[in-house]
Amino acid sequence: MSVLIFIDAAEGKIKKASLEAITYGAHIAQQLGVSAEGVVLGQITDDLATLGKYGVQKIHRVADEKLNNLDAQVYAKVIADVATATGATVLVCSNNVDGKSIAPRLSVRLKAGLVAGAVALPDTANGFTVKKNVFSGKAFANISVSTDIKIVSLSPNAYKIEAGEGTAEVVDFSTTVEAPKVKVTNVEKASGEVPLTEAEIVVSGGRGLKGPENWGMIEELAKLLHAATACSRPVADAGWRPHNEHVGQTGIAIAPNLYIAIGISGAIQHLAGVNRSKTIVVINKDEDAPFFKAADYGIVGDAFEVVPKMIESIKKMKGGA
Amino acid sequence: MKILVCISKTPDTTAKIAFTDNNTKFDTNGVQWIINPYDEWYALVRAIELKEADAATVIHLVNIGGADADPIIRKALALGGDEAIRVNADNHDGYFVASQIAAVAKEGNYDLIFTGKETIDYNGSSIGGMLAEMLEMPFVSLASKFELSGTTATITREIEGGAETCEVALPVVVSAAKGMAEARIPNMRGIMAARTKPLNVKEPVEAESLTTVASFGLPPAKAGVKLVDADNVDELVRLLHEEAKVI
Ligand SMILES: Cc1cc2nc3c(=O)[nH]c(=O)nc-3n(C[C@H](O)[C@H](O)[C@H](O)COP(=O)(O)OP(=O)(O)OC[C@H]3O[C@@H](n4cnc5c(N)ncnc54)[C@H](O)[C@@H]3O)c2cc1C
Repeated sequence: MSVLIFIDAAEGKIKKASLEAITYGAHIAQQLGVSAEGVVLGQITDDLATLGKYGVQKIHRVADEKLNNLDAQVYAKVIADVATATGATVLVCSNNVDGKSIAPRLSVRLKAGLVAGAVALPDTANGFTVKKNVFSGKAFANISVSTDIKIVSLSPNAYKIEAGEGTAEVVDFSTTVEAPKVKVTNVEKASGEVPLTEAEIVVSGGRGLKGPENWGMIEELAKLLHAATACSRPVADAGWRPHNEHVGQTGIAIAPNLYIAIGISGAIQHLAGVNRSKTIVVINKDEDAPFFKAADYGIVGDAFEVVPKMIESIKKMKGGA
Repeated sequence: MKILVCISKTPDTTAKIAFTDNNTKFDTNGVQWIINPYDEWYALVRAIELKEADAATVIHLVNIGGADADPIIRKALALGGDEAIRVNADNHDGYFVASQIAAVAKEGNYDLIFTGKETIDYNGSSIGGMLAEMLEMPFVSLASKFELSGTTATITREIEGGAETCEVALPVVVSAAKGMAEARIPNMRGIMAARTKPLNVKEPVEAESLTTVASFGLPPAKAGVKLVDADNVDELVRLLHEEAKVI
């Protein structure tokens, strides 16, 4: 028996979301008194043995170049083969873009109940129940899984990475790998920025910023804090910012450590996607803006005055620290 | 070309979220229902655009739900679906729902199946992937662009910190995200036409649920905002550094 963790990579590098999944999976394994094992697909340049420090004991590697790009159908078959061969009873992955493609397929292949977007360790005292967000973060649900094999995909930024001591044993797993039907023809990187769903800090702008030409200070603040940039829906709809920055109920849901909302009113649909942020700072010139009710810290003031001051102040702090 | 668009009924985005029966059921009292935005704005509208480009295209809609879903199904027909199938079943998990859609899809022999990237109520983002596995078809999730040339689809999907473009031969299951199309509103002609378009009700096939909701809850409210004077931005930075320890 084991907990099998799908360890996800991009361009040969292990994703941060996977380190969260490893820590999470290792904790479930401890709770159940079974081993924590991992599966890695494709040709990885990162040193896999060092992932042992996050708690995974053994890593099954299928270093086939056909697995360098994601075809969920091909991936699910290989992961299911590893799961069956190793007698895994719990499968863990991140509920990131790849996890969203693979986990549902695995659920069908292994006839295993899936909890997509878990935010806490399962309660295994009496069955297997996992907490996840529902209604786009406005509520949560405890989901009970009744099948022998369980699949849990972990919501990004919901579980803290823990690094200790240890090295993982890396073994090659051999199985047939089908030819992918989905052929990746182009990968476009958003110019070296921090990916929004993985970012610890997010700086977000709304319609209060008046126009795309005013995003310079938002980007400067974000860069200074090593943060990702985001925006409200009307800002993306107006084409001031790209669609992949739109956060909220009908955009991307995020849960960074710090969310700084600048010139955003805090409509219910916006809050739904960001209210899991651990600390929320609101800068808005209207003291009655609904966002203040959902914030931890706030400044009632003009963004065009407050943000430049904030940049100066952080520079001073960083210089002094 | 035959397209199947999966549409789900969800509470309006401003609906009050509350629970009854000892926190085991969503309180539907006073709730307005809508088509799940991703299903409507992106999946359905993109299917309609494909039909506009090729008049031989037929769009079927499928919903798993009770008769209370009929108004949203009629709206989807008004937007431009040709025919709808409602599988008469309620309150089950994603695996059950995907099993029902798979049965409909097998009968209809579709070239293309669209779902929204997730529903805004259960946020499972799993129906498309489950369905694809049941039908042994490829699956491309989170599509922000979808182009068709003959029987080859070129799809751009969001990935962490970028976008990936891929090619895949039909049939394929695709989950739609923002960017794939622009939301539309039904016009009078569409609304009139929808009244007489077929809405076929089917009984569910035998299928299991693999998960159940044990209970719901609401997140704790924030303790209250700490306001800092606009002339004292240094104080905000200090609090974020020393108190919240986030920068
Ligand atoms: C079905 C549906 C789904 C939706 N989904 C989403 C979603 O996913 N995400 C989302 O964001 N929205 C969503 N919306 C839209 C949402 O209802 C709001 O309209 C939107 O969030 C408002 O964006 P905003 O705060 O940028 O703009 P506004 O509401 O116009 O707010 C601008 C704010 O800026 C402040 N301001 C103006 N000038 C300054 C200044 N100089 N300095 C400081 N502050 C200033 C104003 O006081 C105001 O509070 C959805 C709506 C619907 C109907």
